[in-house]
Amino acid sequence: MVVTVIGIIRAHNLFAVVMLGSVYSFLMATVMVILDAVDVSMTEAAVGAGMSTVLLLAVLHLTRTREAPLRHTPIIPMIVCLMTGGALVFGTLDLPPFGEANAPQNQHVAPYYIENAEHETGSPNIVTAVLASYRGYDTLGEVTVIFTAGIGVLILLASGRGRRRETPDAEQDPKDDAV
Amino acid sequence: MMRDTIILRVVAKLLLPAILIFALYVQFHGDYGPGGGFQAGVAAAAGIILYGMIFGIPAAKHVIPTTVIQVMIPLGVLIFAGTGVAGLLLGENYLNYSPLGSHPESGQHLGILIVEAGVFITVASTMLAIFYGFGGLADEADAEQAQEGEE
Repeated sequence: MVVTVIGIIRAHNLFAVVMLGSVYSFLMATVMVILDAVDVSMTEAAVGAGMSTVLLLAVLHLTRTREAPLRHTPIIPMIVCLMTGGALVFGTLDLPPFGEANAPQNQHVAPYYIENAEHETGSPNIVTAVLASYRGYDTLGEVTVIFTAGIGVLILLASGRGRRRETPDAEQDPKDDAV
Repeated sequence: MMRDTIILRVVAKLLLPAILIFALYVQFHGDYGPGGGFQAGVAAAAGIILYGMIFGIPAAKHVIPTTVIQVMIPLGVLIFAGTGVAGLLLGENYLNYSPLGSHPESGQHLGILIVEAGVFITVASTMLAIFYGFGGLADEADAEQAQEGEE
């Protein structure tokens, strides 16, 4: 993963950057499998590696594939990145070791879910039971976020089409001759 | 976008049913194995997007028109929220599915299935809407370039 990130930073061809981003997502999905989070891993592989790559490629189709030359030195973004990364690493120092039974997240509601999820919801996959039933509000919120994103995209595109039609040389709608 | 490549066309036609079946498997097997509405929605949308990339966006829009997507995006949320309201009407808390079935466990199970279907519909149609958006823009840019070339 470190190699991929360095590759993304060094590469100037945006096509290569998109592909390396996809590789990074697949590696991340593998890490999730190793951590036994298969559901998260599937999502990462489908959304991170698949969907975002396709959408970024579609965007690349619209723009140039070479990175624009830098207009200023990247020193301030670098300081911000290093400080944020440092703060995050500092935060992880206080986390309990991975898989420790006495850690707070394994003491609070998790034992209840593990013991009761199957006979209360009839769903052997506890992740699904928690997502759809115990934490139904959260998932409803997530779906609403996606809904908002979809509506936003539709509105943006509709306005884009309208502006296109007003320009004089686009009188013949390009959509029609594409069909 | 790549309408002339025969290998891609044949392989896509072979893969497409498998992708869609896998999406349905992830959807309905989500209770027993990894997966659920979100992952299945993305997988189904990926199948249609593959079709759109190889046979062109108009062909994909022929399969799932934009009007259908415009209906599907809110429909998923309504199914999810409506399941909650159904529980409310049947005398339980919002989003408690227990009264939907003959006894609480089957009610919960049914509720999860319906809710996941709602998630599936919204996620798949939103992904398609975004793809149609960018891909449509790309196609228009191509058409404009072609026009400029002719001039």
